[in-house]
Amino acid sequence: MKIIPLFHIFIFISSGLFGMKEPSVAQLIQPLIDIKKFGTGNNAAIETWGKVASLPASDVPRLLSAMNQANDLGDNWIRAALSKISEKNQTSLPIQQIIKFIKDKKNKDDARKAAYDIIQTHNPKVTAKLAPSFLDDPAPDLRRISVALMIDQIKDIKSEAKKEKLLHFALNKAREVEQIKEINEGLKAIGQSVNVTNLMGFLVNWHTVGPFDNTERTGFDKRFRPEEQTGLDQKYKNAGKIITWSPFSTTEEFGMLNINKQYGEIKEVCAYAQATFKSKKSQPAHFRIGSKNAWKFWLNGKLLFARDEYHRGKTRVDQFVIDGNFKKGENLILLKICQNEQTQSWTKQWEFNFRVTDRSGTVIHSNENISN
Amino acid sequence: MKELLSLTFFIIILTSANGDWLNFRGSMGNGEANIKSISQLSNTAPTSWKTTLPGRGLSSPILVKDKIYITASSGPKQETLHVLCFSRDQGDLVWERRFQSTGRTICHEKTCVAAPTMTSDGKVVVAQFSSNDIFCLNLKGDLIWLRGLTYDYPNAANGLGMSSSPVVAQGVLIAQVENDADSFTTGINIKNGMSLWRKVRPKGANWTSPVLLRSGNTKKVVLQSQNGISIIDPKTGDEFWSFNEGASTIPSTTPTGEILLVPSNGMTALKGRMDQKSHTQLWQDNKLGPGTGSPAISGDHFFVINKANVLTCAEIDTGEILWRMRIKGPSSGSPVATAKHLYFFNEDGLGQVIEINKNERKLVSSIDLEETILCTPAISENAIFVRSDKHLWKLSGN
Repeated sequence: MKIIPLFHIFIFISSGLFGMKEPSVAQLIQPLIDIKKFGTGNNAAIETWGKVASLPASDVPRLLSAMNQANDLGDNWIRAALSKISEKNQTSLPIQQIIKFIKDKKNKDDARKAAYDIIQTHNPKVTAKLAPSFLDDPAPDLRRISVALMIDQIKDIKSEAKKEKLLHFALNKAREVEQIKEINEGLKAIGQSVNVTNLMGFLVNWHTVGPFDNTERTGFDKRFRPEEQTGLDQKYKNAGKIITWSPFSTTEEFGMLNINKQYGEIKEVCAYAQATFKSKKSQPAHFRIGSKNAWKFWLNGKLLFARDEYHRGKTRVDQFVIDGNFKKGENLILLKICQNEQTQSWTKQWEFNFRVTDRSGTVIHSNENISN
Repeated sequence: MKELLSLTFFIIILTSANGDWLNFRGSMGNGEANIKSISQLSNTAPTSWKTTLPGRGLSSPILVKDKIYITASSGPKQETLHVLCFSRDQGDLVWERRFQSTGRTICHEKTCVAAPTMTSDGKVVVAQFSSNDIFCLNLKGDLIWLRGLTYDYPNAANGLGMSSSPVVAQGVLIAQVENDADSFTTGINIKNGMSLWRKVRPKGANWTSPVLLRSGNTKKVVLQSQNGISIIDPKTGDEFWSFNEGASTIPSTTPTGEILLVPSNGMTALKGRMDQKSHTQLWQDNKLGPGTGSPAISGDHFFVINKANVLTCAEIDTGEILWRMRIKGPSSGSPVATAKHLYFFNEDGLGQVIEINKNERKLVSSIDLEETILCTPAISENAIFVRSDKHLWKLSGN
């Protein structure tokens, strides 16, 4: 006979007597929302995850809503629970409620995509109907699905005029670099040209000053004077010479600024580049930087990100996407681009590209008509 | 003597119980499998199978009990991270968990986000990705914990991709996150995913994986970087001893018994001393430098494939080269070996089986899978497991 400890009997009786309630679904989910960096909250999440993953299929929309409050780590905790629930309840998923969740643009982009993925896994016929409907969606991952579908459809079109019209339409809707490139290639193939540089919002007009010393890569952390005094009329003394800001622009299709053109193919050096961006309102923005060199990026004097890495792969468009906020009026964008000591042919490049979008990938252009 | 016997018993258990293959390059991390080996690999044998994978990957399969665990990455930016479990007998998908990367996913075209191989202590499986997302699940696919190390440390990334495969030692997951910008190794409690320690490591891209140096029932962890190797306590990250004459940042150190074969100045064999604070260099030979893959052990010998596609057999104790033969390369994965055979795949998908012994070597069979293969195979009794970007194979003997 198994002996039940007295303490457990007491707990059992007292929970009945004093009305100890089972935690609500919201209480069960909360630790997954509360997850923070560095594993903070892991113990509570471990405690609750099995219970959350055992919730009925009817709670799937509630879990999706929880993703609206969670960070990216919490999203993955919830995704794993959703996966387990969906796996067990493939035929009883509340499809209509999940569709409603996907369509509601107030929900977080990642949560809507997670909802889409659940249906895609278990009922792809439903997502096939939804797929064309995201052409104007603010969620980049959903929008990409619709654009991809459209690109595929255009490939089968024989009429050049119709193709041209649809390619322009698709180009207007696309936000992802690879899709824009693919559509642009399609247009080129039928003799059409598009100003991709402007379409993608590359900043092409800059001022640069340099070169500053970066011997043994020490210049990356060194605060040279342009980090303190950014005025274009500033003169800086460097290695016995006076150096000043000079205009620097590019006509390269994807906005690449080759600093070697300014200062020659030199090594172990840094240069600063600045541009003024006029924002018609105070707004959040994605600053999209491409560079295979080490770099730092300041917005209005505040360092937003720095990356101390050289020549690990090529420079790409949207290689780094940095969150930041424009103030209304003039904003100062300052970059420091460093070149290292390597001598291989694939380490010659000293370059960057830069553009600004909103969170959906829609370009934010500098509004030259406003004054500060 | 008693200690030696217990070590031998422990090694046999590790390498043969259920035919488990728990890490990158096997349970011992040296490509050696103590099992009955096959001389022919067939994709048409009755017990062979081929199954589709949902995404790309260079990671190797690991084998735990009757299941295979493997990772893949998919999506336009490889942002979808897959952890998959298949049955070993039939290749049926048992479960799949999909996550989204919280770190960077840009990689060189040849590699991908699912580059590191999973690890297991036999109770849980752990998947690390190039984005430095780490997921610990039980064998049934229930999430135990997760971490996003680039989410925690935004500069912990390599523009070409990361590939270091983690290991578990004494209840601690060792994750090597070494790169140019924010380079570190961390020890994570396997039970709850909390960091026990984090050590700053040499700045520089590093694609090598930690390995375990076993002595009796204790395990030390070997970390490799461009500076050399560091032998650390898995529970604290504290260093016992180091070797500072530089080492490769691609092929990894190979442990065998208490000897470490380090890809340094060709190949350097080291042995820790009794004081646990210093080491003895047994030999060094610049003719034994590996290419991309790491060496494999078979008994008293080790095998190296160099950049010129030459396979070399040498003695572990002395470094004496016994024979060389040209193979069909190039090969990105590491070879694996039993007492009788050495197996490896070249990048074109050509699997080659070499019969090995001290005096002779002979190509006994080959199989063309007609897909790019960049991974290191896993071996079990009468079969080997290998993957491409699209498929996972079980290749049995005829």
